[in-house]
Amino acid sequence: MLTRRTLLTLTAASPILASEVFRTSAVMAGTPKGVVVMAKQIDDLVSGFDPAEAYEITNLEVVPNLYRGLVSPDLADNTKVVGDLAESWTVSEDGTTFVFKLKTDARFASGKAVTAEDAAFSFQRAIKLDKQPAFILAQFGYTKGNVDDLIKATDDTTLVMKLPTAVAPSFLLFCLTAPIGGVVEKATALAHEVDGDMGNGWLKVHSAGAGGYQMVEWVASDHVTLDANPHSGKPDQPRRIFIRHVPDPSAQLLMLQKGDADIARNLTPDLLKKARADKDLTVVSSGQAVSVYVTMNQSMPELQKTQVHQAIKWAIDYDGIAMNITPNMYSVAQGFLPPGLPGGMTDRLFKKDVAKAKQLLAEAGFANGFEVTMDVPSSAPYADIGQAVQADLADIGIKVTLVSGEMRQVMTKSRKRGHQLALLPWGTDYFDPYSNSQAFCENPDDSDDGKLRLMAWRSHYVDKELNDMSLAASKERDNTKRMAMYREMQLKFAERAPFAMLLQKIASAVMGKGVSGFVIGPQTGFTQYADIRKA
Amino acid sequence: MQRHSPARTLARLGATVSSLAITLFGLVLVTFFIGRVIPIDPVLTILGDHARPELVERMRIELGLDKPLPVQFWIYLTHLFRGDLGRSVMTSNLVVDDIKLYFPATVELGTTAMIFATLIGIPLGVLSAVRRNSRLDQFVRVFSIVGHSIPIPVLGLISLLVFYAWLGWAPGTGRVGVAYVGMTPTVTGFLTVDALIAGDADVFWDALSHLMLPAAVLAYFSMAYISRMTRAFMIDALAGEYVITARAKGLSPARVIWRHAFGNIAVRLATVLALTYAGLLEGAVVTEMIFSWPGIGQYLTVSLLNADMNAVIGATLLVGFVYMVLNLLADVAYRVLDPRV
Repeated sequence: MLTRRTLLTLTAASPILASEVFRTSAVMAGTPKGVVVMAKQIDDLVSGFDPAEAYEITNLEVVPNLYRGLVSPDLADNTKVVGDLAESWTVSEDGTTFVFKLKTDARFASGKAVTAEDAAFSFQRAIKLDKQPAFILAQFGYTKGNVDDLIKATDDTTLVMKLPTAVAPSFLLFCLTAPIGGVVEKATALAHEVDGDMGNGWLKVHSAGAGGYQMVEWVASDHVTLDANPHSGKPDQPRRIFIRHVPDPSAQLLMLQKGDADIARNLTPDLLKKARADKDLTVVSSGQAVSVYVTMNQSMPELQKTQVHQAIKWAIDYDGIAMNITPNMYSVAQGFLPPGLPGGMTDRLFKKDVAKAKQLLAEAGFANGFEVTMDVPSSAPYADIGQAVQADLADIGIKVTLVSGEMRQVMTKSRKRGHQLALLPWGTDYFDPYSNSQAFCENPDDSDDGKLRLMAWRSHYVDKELNDMSLAASKERDNTKRMAMYREMQLKFAERAPFAMLLQKIASAVMGKGVSGFVIGPQTGFTQYADIRKA
Repeated sequence: MQRHSPARTLARLGATVSSLAITLFGLVLVTFFIGRVIPIDPVLTILGDHARPELVERMRIELGLDKPLPVQFWIYLTHLFRGDLGRSVMTSNLVVDDIKLYFPATVELGTTAMIFATLIGIPLGVLSAVRRNSRLDQFVRVFSIVGHSIPIPVLGLISLLVFYAWLGWAPGTGRVGVAYVGMTPTVTGFLTVDALIAGDADVFWDALSHLMLPAAVLAYFSMAYISRMTRAFMIDALAGEYVITARAKGLSPARVIWRHAFGNIAVRLATVLALTYAGLLEGAVVTEMIFSWPGIGQYLTVSLLNADMNAVIGATLLVGFVYMVLNLLADVAYRVLDPRV
């Protein structure tokens, strides 16, 4: 029976017991040798790690560490790709047949050699499963009905990809660098097939690739554990990568400083400042292929004239937003292709000029301005950016009423064309300029039945010249000419399109003492954990 | 002493169960409809921007979203009766399996915090009441007000800074150290218990040490409430005639305080404890976020952010059910402790 004396004794002893338990744990501080611990917000991990399905930011970072593709982006020159599993490739004169010659030394984690048949199976599988990223391959004309005939292995090391219509070779190659281009071991996937899913259910939480790592465990909102692929040919790589979900950025920095994490991924600007001041820590940053923009719905009469588009673009204080609201998180980027992407534009075309903006508004017949609503995600930093844009537009007489909502709510409304103005982010789908040019410039059918429903469609923006230029650039075989076309498109777009491109996201990571080799690229798939070194 | 007849007891039990069932049905109804009317398209969330219209339509039919809301609700209800809460988009698992994974972590944390809060809060409240207006009483009152006033995120971060970063007494975030992750077979879902079952002392001590700081933070918050309520109840009880009589009879002060006064506040205290415990089991969302504790609160929050409505509804129903059951248990405890009720 619990007596008063027992109760009091326990009460008195509990802090001592607690501190003893704490002391025991203190001895355990520090990450194990050969294991890289990454503190990261991984609550965006959805649907697992099948390359045919993975589509959220963290999924897209992990998958290229599990699977290798035929080609990968060239970190030194972002307008080129380099061979990964492919030793070489040729493109036919008519631009419809790609022949890849595979390396012979690549091995899956199972130890078996990667063959052209595995590559053909992987692409066929992605088309047949028809998951979210399948459009990256399907846009070349592949369907469930034709993919088996068009993508074939002619021997163990030769893969032939035929296209129904010719495209720019760099377009296809860049698309193959996306995680959906990851090669899956056919035998393993089929061994775990359930109800014709080609191993999709199993591959959500396992892996069958030739990447630097293999999947050990994923517990959503807790951790991801990857172990080194013993056949990756990289003996110096960390033997284990442990990604721990640490939602709080302050806790991430504390873990880093205490040596309980080797890399912290989500520090806020003020914490990054502290990290920069700590001589034991190393900060790495890179602009990302994520843009923040204001879209103007053309169904609203006041927003239809080019002078209004221009007036809004000249009214915004881009530098003020970048310096005061998003320092070290977002930088000014005014093209639809942010710097770092092939064709990315660094030009500063607009700056706050109230007189010019007012004049343009008057030319459009709105000397006294007008009233408009702007949908803004309620999360940081969008709410603050929205308020800044509201104040800037008020300076030229446009009275903006902010409609704040949860991010998916704002996106759903914009997808249904229900907004007037909307402030939104856009992440490039794959590392090729066509991803953004299609999204912002193409709208071949503006009706409610239109099949392409990206940004131009959502804002009823129909511009035949830009639409055709975007299509033409996707077919241009000369890569230099192709990049020039994107530049020309972006200048025309800036001049007349109903989109004010504001910012580009900057991703930063902080490495702890003795850690090196962690690289952030413009897209998540650039990060190769096998390159990390730990003293 | 008054005894209840079996028929009356059965009638009361029936009324309680009916009340529980009706409340639960109401919860399912409200949660389901809120989940369906929020202005977020679940199909576009799953399929993304590039989904072909025919694929969007197919998915809408697969998810049953083309049917009228009452029909959708009926289908959900029939599945619910079979224990099927649907599948989570986020984890691809059955929501029931996810709950089995995440809820034990919350129970382990909440129960530990509750033990701390009760063991410290009740004696402090009693002592504070007995020595009313003394320095001890003033200290306890300030201590309680501070505990109840500081927001949990601040308390959590300060505790991490002091006990983890400065003093080095506590380990960092998470349920267990990196070296021990995945080493213990899951039997109960409570990591400390599973480690003991597996006979792995290292994992047990590591898991226990990870449990201490978040539990202490939660306990401080709850303890502040428990001690304040205990103090108030005790002051009231100590002024009762039966206590004066007991003292007049020459009973020892300890017997008067613990047997007579405390014995009489036990009924009201049971309700306070049950509701506090229910609050802890609802998922201490903020504490779980700060300490990276993979519990039901964090699961619910992340599901909400990912518009994973099956998971949101499933977790909400669990939380509501737990709250109702603990309320019911408090009610039963009330009757056991006070036969007049």
